[in-house]
Parts: sequence; C-alpha cells; structure tokens
Amino acid sequence: MRVVSLADEDDFEGWRDAARALVQARVPASELVWQVGDAPVDLFGDEAVLAPAAPAPFRVSRAFVDLAQTAILHADPQRFALLYTLLTGLIDQPKRIEDRADPLVRRLEEMAKAVRRDVHKMRAFVRFRETEADGGTRFVAWFEPEHHIVRANARFFVDRFTNMRWSILTPELSLHWDGDTLQEGPPATKADAPEGDPIEEVWKTYYASIFNPARLKTGAMLKEMPRKYWKNMPETALVKDLIAGARARETAMVETAQATPAGSNSQAAWAALRDEAMHCTRCHLYQHATQTVFGEGPVDARLMFVGEQPGDQEDLAGKPFVGPAGQMFDRAVTQAGIDRRTVYVTNAVKHFKFEPRGKRRIHSKPDAGEISACRWWYEQERLIVRPEMTVALGATAARQMLGKTVTISRERGRAIDLPDGGRGWITIHPSFLLRMPDKSRVEDEFAAFVEDLKGAAASLR
Amino acid sequence: MERMAQLDVRSKLAILADAAKYDASCASSGTSKRKSDKGGKGLGSTEGMGICHAYAPDGRCISLLKILLTNSCIFDCHYCINRKSSNVRRARFTPEEVVDLTLSFYRRNYIEGLFLSSGIIASSNYTMEQIVRVAKLLREEHDFRGYIHLKTIPDADPELVHQAGLYADRVSINVELPTVAGLTRLAPEKSAPQIEGAMQDVRTAIDDGTDAKKRYKSAPRYAPAGQSTQMIVGADAATDGDIIGRAAGLYGRFNLRRVYYSAFSPIPDASAVLPLQRPPLMREHRLYQSDWLMRFYDYQPGEVAAAADATTGMLPLDIDPKLAWALKFRDRFPVDVNRAPREALLRVPGLGVKAVDAILATRRWRRLRLADVTRLTASVAKVRPFLIAEDWRPVTLADKAELRPLVAPKREQLELFAA
Repeated sequence: MRVVSLADEDDFEGWRDAARALVQARVPASELVWQVGDAPVDLFGDEAVLAPAAPAPFRVSRAFVDLAQTAILHADPQRFALLYTLLTGLIDQPKRIEDRADPLVRRLEEMAKAVRRDVHKMRAFVRFRETEADGGTRFVAWFEPEHHIVRANARFFVDRFTNMRWSILTPELSLHWDGDTLQEGPPATKADAPEGDPIEEVWKTYYASIFNPARLKTGAMLKEMPRKYWKNMPETALVKDLIAGARARETAMVETAQATPAGSNSQAAWAALRDEAMHCTRCHLYQHATQTVFGEGPVDARLMFVGEQPGDQEDLAGKPFVGPAGQMFDRAVTQAGIDRRTVYVTNAVKHFKFEPRGKRRIHSKPDAGEISACRWWYEQERLIVRPEMTVALGATAARQMLGKTVTISRERGRAIDLPDGGRGWITIHPSFLLRMPDKSRVEDEFAAFVEDLKGAAASLR
Repeated sequence: MERMAQLDVRSKLAILADAAKYDASCASSGTSKRKSDKGGKGLGSTEGMGICHAYAPDGRCISLLKILLTNSCIFDCHYCINRKSSNVRRARFTPEEVVDLTLSFYRRNYIEGLFLSSGIIASSNYTMEQIVRVAKLLREEHDFRGYIHLKTIPDADPELVHQAGLYADRVSINVELPTVAGLTRLAPEKSAPQIEGAMQDVRTAIDDGTDAKKRYKSAPRYAPAGQSTQMIVGADAATDGDIIGRAAGLYGRFNLRRVYYSAFSPIPDASAVLPLQRPPLMREHRLYQSDWLMRFYDYQPGEVAAAADATTGMLPLDIDPKLAWALKFRDRFPVDVNRAPREALLRVPGLGVKAVDAILATRRWRRLRLADVTRLTASVAKVRPFLIAEDWRPVTLADKAELRPLVAPKREQLELFAA
C-alpha cells in the first residue's frame, strides 16, 4: 500500500503530477491510498516512491482532464481514487472516456455535475454585507459551500467586483480582494462576518413584493433553492409567512372582485366579449356555420337559461331562441309567469352544427369536445351576468353547467348548488316537445316543463 | 402627487415591484461576455449563462431587479393592475433612485442587473426618454457592466427605441394577447399592427448591429441578448393551438429569443371585463414545454399543435406535449437507440438533449443495452416503451389504451421552465 499526500482538498496539480508518474509506472489503483495533508490514514502505508518519469508512453484526452479538474472538487473522499482508476482504465481503452454510459465515467460525471451546480449556486447565493474597516468600505460574505469550490470560484468574483474591496469567508478558507490582488486567509466562522446590512431590509421588501401570491409553487422554489442554502440568505426568513398568507391574499382578490356590484362597465364588458366571440375558432364548427350566436338579455339578469346550440333559424338570424323550439320556450316561460325580457338566454355551444341533407341543414348534436371547446364562452358570460339561478335546458346544457353527463329525468326539478356560488336547475330542452312521437303526451310534458320553470323562478327568492 | 413625494424609496419599491411582477421574464442569459477592468470604476460582469440569485415561493427565478419606473398609466388595459381606472396606490421613482437601488443590490450580489419597465405617463416619448435615461446613467456615469433589460413602448419615437438597444442587453415589447380579438377587447388602446411594427424595427436594428459588428470591430453592440415578448394565457379565447401558431409566427418574423407565457392571474381591483378564474398553471407549463420542443427538439409548430386535441385545440394537462405527440404518432416508434438518427431519438419521451448526445457519443464504439439507457435518463420506465436497445424490445406499444397509464406521471410535475 502506498500513500499519496496532496496539499489541499482541491489540489488538482498535485493529483495530476502524482497520477502521471504512478500510471506510467503502471501502479494499480488498488495499491494506492490518497490523502489530503500529512495526517496518516493508513498506519501500514509507505509513502509512494515514484520512479522518475519514463518517456511519455501514454497521453490522455482533453475530455478526461476537464472531467478530473471539476470532479476533484467534490466532497467525496473517494474522488482521487476513482479518477485514478479511470485513468488506468484509459491505458488500454482510451475511448472509454467517451462511453457516457460506463458506470465509472457516469459516476464521475455526476460528481462533476454536482460540483458545477455548487459553483453556480455560490455565484448566486453569496450575500455581501457592507462594513467599514481599516479606513474604507469592504463587502464581506459568509458562505458554506458543499464541495471544495471556493478557490476555483474566486475568478468569477474578481471579474465581477474588480473595483470593490471584498472578502468571502468560508469554513475551509477565506478570500480577500483589495482591488488589485487576491489573498487567501485561514478558515473562518460565521462570527467573523458582519451581522447585518441596512440594505437587506430593502432587498427583503423587494423579495416580498415581486412574489405573486396567486401562483404558489413551493416545489419549484425548493428544487432550485434547496433549504441547505437558506441560512445565509436574508430573504428566506420571509418565505414561511409569504406562503401562509398567499392563499388568503388570492381569495381576498377574487372575493373583492365578486363583491364588486355588477358595475358600470359590465354592459361594455359583455359587448366586448360578444365581439370577440364573433371571431371564435376554438373548434371547427365555425367553418360551416353562418355566425356565432351569442347570448342575449340584460347583463344583470337573475335568471339565465342555457340551451343546446343555435338551430337553422338562429344561425341565420344571429339570435338565440328564435326558431320553433324558441317559440315553444317563449310560450312556456310566459305560462310560468316569467317576464321574458328580464332573463338572459344563451346556448351551451354557440355555433350551429348540422349535416346537409339535400337543401336542408339537419341539426346534429354537439359532441363532448365541442361542448368543452365552447365552455370558455359560457364561463365568461356567467362571470359577467352572475345569475342567481341557471336553468339548463336538456342534456348538453346540463353537461356544460355541471361539467359531466347527467340523466335529466333523475336530476330535473330541484335546485343544485354550483361551484361558482349560484344555483342550477335542470329540465328538458323545448325541442324534446317538438320531436315527441306520441303527440298525446305532449300536453302533459309541456305542463311539466312549465312546472320546472315555475320552480326555478320561485326559488329565486 | 403630494403623497407620492413623501414616499420613501422602500415604500416605492414595494409598490413598483408589486406592479412589475406580472411580467414573467427575469432572464439574464444570452448576452455578450463582459467583466470589470482593474483600476476603473467599472462594476459587474456577464457570462453567457444567467444566474438566478433567489427564488420566490411562486417558483419564479429572481435574477434582475424588476421594477416599473412608475405605475401611473394613461392607458386602461383591463388585464393590467396599473390601468388608469385601477385603485392601486401609485408611485414614481426618479431615474437616480433606480440607479442607486440597482447598484446597491448589485454590489451585495443580490441581482444580475435591472429589468425596467414603466406605465405610460405624459406621453410615450416622455416615458421612453425616462427609461433610456436610467440605462444611460448606469452605463455612462457608473460604468455598470451587468445586465440591463428595457421594455420599450410601441409608439415611442424609433430613435428613442434605438437608443434603448444601445444601452440594453435585451429589449422587449409585449404582444400581450395571443389574438387580435382579445387585444381589442382587453387593451382597446393598443394596436396589434403597431406592436408588431415596433418589433420589426427592433429586429432590423439588431440585424444591422450584427452586420456592422462583422465588418467593424468598433461598431456598438445592439441588444446582444436579442428581443423577447410575452403573451397572457387564459384571458382571451385563444386555444393552445392558436398560441403555438402565434408564437411560431413571432419567432420566425422577429427572430425572437424567447416568447414568455404568463397564465392570467387574478389581480387586486380587477376590471369586470376580465375573467375572474385563472387558467390552470399547468396550462402555462405545457405551453413552455411546447416552446422547448420547437426551440431545442426540432419540432415544427404544426407538429406541436398536432399534440393538442383535434376538437378543442388544447394540449393535455395530465401529460407533457412530447408524450402526447408520441402517443398520437405511434408508427414513429419504437426507435432503436443503436441505429436511429439524432432527430428520431429526440422524439422519444423522456430522452432529453443531453441524454441523446450521450447516447450518440457512447454508441460510436459499442452497442447500448437497456441498463446503459437507464444510467443516462431520469426515468427508464417512461422511455422503455418507445425504445429498442441491444437487449430490449417493447411489447406494449401496440395497445394504446394500456400504454398511457403506464407512462403518464402520477403526480403533477414541477414547473421546470420558470424563467
């Protein structure tokens, strides 16, 4: 067993010189113990006595040197031995370094990756505090890296803060820059660093203000800013309260907006929405229909009726509920004692879907995709009108209202609480009455329809 | 104005950072390399790669001091918290205050630089002049060499916009909404042709700058980190397919570095024209993923759009667009890791650009087994059904119904692209 002593944890040159001589002497990795400093690690070890370097019998690729230079900064005590093992492997298989799936290459690359990340995080998370010392201003930071990266990272801080005087104190060593030369000092403790800086309060104000409480994603934050770095970053003291307050702040925003009386601009908002809907291409139905048939009625209506989709006549007129089913609807509404002028009427799907048969356009039921594509408009209309009661006429409307398929006969005739605060009511679509094969039952069904509408209107109060 | 004058810098910062947070971009990457020289008063440096100096609990990176010069505005854009009719507290920084804040944050290593935007006060030209003045002070008075991102105002004098690009690393103009109909409804005072005209001007200036730099070494750099834009998602009727198409058009015509997506989020004192419900944040995430597919994985816009549902035009929320595309175009799989070209490997769900390059490097001298692929990817379970390796051939690929639950993630993924 031979012991190789390196000057420092990040002594790449020492490792390289030793490794070069050892590999040329073909010393196997298993015979070596690598250590930092003079502390004996193996009582039975001999100092490695190196034969004078033989004429270079073997060269190593740039890729290996790059890998070794980075991986050697890793905290894992095995790194020197692992690199040497790979180096000896390259004698017979020089291409092995390119085999990125090789377990040893992979392991060393993972180490190099961890080192690069730590280097990057040090550049990101060092926090200087301004102090007055020996007659001038000095910026001092306390940082605890995970790997042996401080020396390797010094250049970055020199290039960036060339004309400042600064110190970075770490448990392994300190760096001091005076504007001209970089000096190394002994290991430091947190107590050696200044306790605070008045600007930190301003920075914390910024941190709290730039955070958007309506989009909490603590997982994403923790992935990039792991807790191990928090203790030396002043702003992280705020995280707990920001998270705790976020939900409340978002809820308050939405509630304030909902509580705002259907104000001066809801008519304008509705008109703007309708204009935008005229250009809708959210699903393919716009290609063959004449126009978008948007909802209609007072924007402060307490009662909203939702049909299925415009029919042939609605498509041509651009107005909902004007065809035969619409006339049936008007008759039922009037019988139920509802003033048609006070209600808002719209459709679950706002373009006419049909199949041409000769010269006629035959109504065709919208599918789940089309209903879902049109949901955006339905929701926007509801956000403006905010009806107390929404009556879904038929299965398509019920699906739009509840977001799922329901059986009309089972759900009709009673108030259902809706997630957005209003209530819903399900009944048949008036066209059902027009299509009934058994004409003797039409009268009864019409009466039941009117009863449903009465029920919906009665539960308004 | 009386009260405004009494606000101290910290109170103003609280207002003007709060007002700036709806801009998603905080990138400090992609600019030229700079450092400070000894003996001068130069401060700062830039590398190719940006640095995120902190992360907020919303998962977003904090790289720049992102603030408005003022949140007073003569416009009344409904989606904007700073619109004329909003009841928010107003404040205004002087250019000198912004410069001081930037420098004192930078010296303490809190930030990479400044991202300055502003509400429009007095006139577009006046506002643009103030923005340019901040950048000029930083660069010329203080020899600041860190990163500067300036938001430009579409109808400001082109000469002012040009000056902005001479001081800034990046300039941006937000298209705001993916559809013209949406812009008409939500930002009635803004005009799509004007916004795009300004983007075209910036593109021309950047191209001219690059051209001049090739011929004369001393030519000034013009916005070396290029231009970017932002669209709000979920405030108008645009589908994911519409948004992908719009983004692709913008990348192509204006040579943009980035299109940012910002899921519409509720704002205090919202206008009644605005939807109250926000779209799922996952939607924004899926759009960023589709953006990556176009920028780094050689997908054509039409191909990404094909991953969306044919009727609704929406990307699935439960699986990523690359996986959705693969499940839809099953005939393109399995792909043989030992023979397939780079383009085909890039289409395999779960194989990233790095993994593909590692596969290509390795197979130059030996054939890969499934265990090798396992070492190169995060999740072999996701990749396996789409791959052929030396000792592996998938069997489940033919049965669509069975495959999706096998490869779809169980939990929601983290936001990976929060910029």
